[in-house]
Amino acid sequence: MNSVILGSSYIMVFAPDMVIHNGTTQTTERTVNPNSEYLKEIKNHLRTFEQVVGYLPNQTYIGNITPDELSKYEMPWFDKPKDGATREGKFGEIMPQEEFIVLMQICDVFDLVKLEKQFVFDTKAKLMVHPLFDEGLLGRIKEGEEFDTIKKYVDEEHAEPIYNNGELVGCVKRAHDIDLNLSGHVMFENLVSKASNVLALLNLVSKNNINKEEIEYVVECSEEACGDMNQRGGGNFAKACAEVAGFVNATGSDTRGFCAAPTHALIEAAALVKAGVYKKVVVSAGGSTAKLGMNGKDHIKKGFPILEDCIGGFAVLIGENDGVNPEINLDLVGRHTVGTGSSPQAVITSLVSSLDKAGMKITDIDKYSVEMQNPEVTKPAGAGDVPLANYKMIGALAVKRGDIDRKELADFTVKHGMTGWAPTQGHIPSGVPYLGFCREDILSGKIKNAMIVGKGSLFLGRMTNLFDGVSFIIEANKGGQKKTSAISEEQIKNLIANALKDFASNLLSEQE
Amino acid sequence: MSLLENKKIIIIGDRDGIPGQAIEECVKTAGGEVVFSSTECFV
Amino acid sequence: MDLENQKRVKEFAEKYGAENVVVILGAAEGEAAGLAAETVTNGDPTFAGPLTGVQLGLSVFHICEPEIKDIVDESVYDEQVGMMEMVLDVDDIISEMTAIREEFSKYL
Repeated sequence: MNSVILGSSYIMVFAPDMVIHNGTTQTTERTVNPNSEYLKEIKNHLRTFEQVVGYLPNQTYIGNITPDELSKYEMPWFDKPKDGATREGKFGEIMPQEEFIVLMQICDVFDLVKLEKQFVFDTKAKLMVHPLFDEGLLGRIKEGEEFDTIKKYVDEEHAEPIYNNGELVGCVKRAHDIDLNLSGHVMFENLVSKASNVLALLNLVSKNNINKEEIEYVVECSEEACGDMNQRGGGNFAKACAEVAGFVNATGSDTRGFCAAPTHALIEAAALVKAGVYKKVVVSAGGSTAKLGMNGKDHIKKGFPILEDCIGGFAVLIGENDGVNPEINLDLVGRHTVGTGSSPQAVITSLVSSLDKAGMKITDIDKYSVEMQNPEVTKPAGAGDVPLANYKMIGALAVKRGDIDRKELADFTVKHGMTGWAPTQGHIPSGVPYLGFCREDILSGKIKNAMIVGKGSLFLGRMTNLFDGVSFIIEANKGGQKKTSAISEEQIKNLIANALKDFASNLLSEQE
Repeated sequence: MSLLENKKIIIIGDRDGIPGQAIEECVKTAGGEVVFSSTECFV
Repeated sequence: MDLENQKRVKEFAEKYGAENVVVILGAAEGEAAGLAAETVTNGDPTFAGPLTGVQLGLSVFHICEPEIKDIVDESVYDEQVGMMEMVLDVDDIISEMTAIREEFSKYL
C-alpha cells in the first residue's frame, strides 16, 4: 500500500534586522564596500510586518489564497496588499521577528542565546497569547540579561549580535573558543534553522489535529549543517527539533541535497512508511538567514522593497494508507543520475520521463509543482520567472514527445502549471510549497494527480559539477471509493434493517 | 578561423538559464580551450 | 557576477592576455546577460567584486547568440541548449549583449 500525505504546514518569519545583519549579500557588501550607498539605503526599503502579512504570495504560502487566486492578480504584487490579511493561515502563520527571537532562545538548550531583560518581558507577553505556545514552551523562556552583559559578549567574546528595530536585544554566544563550527555566527544560523523548523512542526500538529506521540521519525531537509570541528555536518537537526516540538516517540535524521533535499526526503519518508518501518514520518525544514536580501541590490535599483525579508519553513506528515488521503506513488519516481548530463533538457527529461513506466503522457499529470519561487523576487534580479521556465521546458518536452501540439504550449503552462509564490529560501520553494493545496485539490476532486519536482545545484558545494533532481507523483487515493468509508453507519443500519425486514416477510410468506 | 579557435574560454553559466557544463559541451566542438567553467545561482 | 568568478576572470585575463580570452555566458535573461557582459568589459557595475573599475574589454557572448551557435556542432547545440531557446527571450539577450559589446568590448 502506498503511503499518504496526512497534512502539512507552512510558516514564515519576518526578519528585517536579519536581512541587514545576516544576509550574505549584505555581509559581503559590508566587507568589500563598507561605505556603499546600498548599505545606507537598505533600511529605507524594508517592509513593515503588516505589509509582509498582506503580501499576496505570503498569504498564498500560509494557505489563505490559492495559487489560482494569486495568478489572477496582476504584478506587481507588493503594492496590492490583501485586505484584512491575518498572520494566521490555514496551513501556518507569519511570525514577527521579536517573537521569533524569543523562540530561538526557547529552542536553545546550551544557554547560548542571551536576550535583554526588558525585551524578553515585553515579547513573552505576546507569546503568552499565541495559541501554539503552551506552558512547556513558555516555561523555557529565561528572564534575560542586562544590556551591558550582552554588549560585552558581542564586543569581547565574538558573540553574534541579535537586533530588533535596529537595537541590540540579544546575542548568540559562541559554543567553543576556537572551533569555527561552533562560532557565534554558525550557532546563530543553526538556531534560526532549528527554531523556524520547530515553528513549522508546532503548526503541523495544531493545524492537522495530529497526536504528536504517534510520530515515529523526522527527516529534516534544510541546507544547514550542525556539528563540531571533528564532524562538521554530524547532525542532527531532526531529532533536536522533534525534542522541542514534543515528539517524544520520534527519532530522526537529516537529508541533504541543496534545493532537491525536500523531494528526496519525501521519497525516503514515503518509502519508510510503505516498507512498514515507521507508521508516521514527518519531513520538515527550517529556513536560512544567509539568503535574506540575496537580490536586495536589484530590488532597490528597480524600485521594489526588499522582498526577501522572510525566513521560511514547512512540515509534512506522511502516514500509512488510510483509504482517503492522496497517495505517494513510489513506482513512478524520476531521478537525475550521474550519467544524465547537465543540459536543461536532459535534466527535465530525466525527471519527467518516469511517466513512461506507466505509459502516461505529460498531459496525464494535472499539475506540476516545480521550483515555485515567487517571480516578483526573481525577475528583477535577472533570474527570470523560474516556475514558468520549468513549465515551458516540460511543455517543450511534451511537444517533442508528441503529447501536445506546439500551438498548445502556452495553454500547457497555464493548465498544468502555477504562478510561483514561495520565498527564495533555497530548499523551501522546491516542489513542496504545493503539497498543502495539492492534498486539498485531490481530496476535493479538483485534480486527480500532481508531480512534485525538486532540483538542486550541487555544484555550489564544490564537490561535483553535477546538477541533481528527483520527482514523484501524488495521486488520488485508490481506496477512496471503498465501501467502508463511503457508506455511513446509518446507511448500514438501514441496510441491515431492510434485510431483516425482507427475511421476516419471507419467513411469514413461507408460513402462509 | 572560428571565433573561439585558439582562445581561452571562460564560461559563466546560469542555473536557471544554460548551466556551465552544457555550454562547455558546445564550446568544445568549436575549437576553444575551456579554462574555467562555473554556474551561478540566484535562487 | 559572483565575486569568486570575477576574481577568476581577472586572473585568467592577466595570465593569458585579455585579447586571448573569450567569455561565454548562459544567463536566463537579457538584462542579467548584459550585466555580466558589462562586468567583464567595463568593470563590475555593482561595485562589489574584484572587477570593480577594471576595464578588461573582453570578448563576450551569450551561448544563444548566432556568433557562437553557428560555430558549434549543430547536434551538440540541439542536445545541450536547443530546448532552452524556447524558454529564453533570445532576441532580448542578443540586443543586450550587442549593445554592451559595441560600447565596451576591446576585442571583437
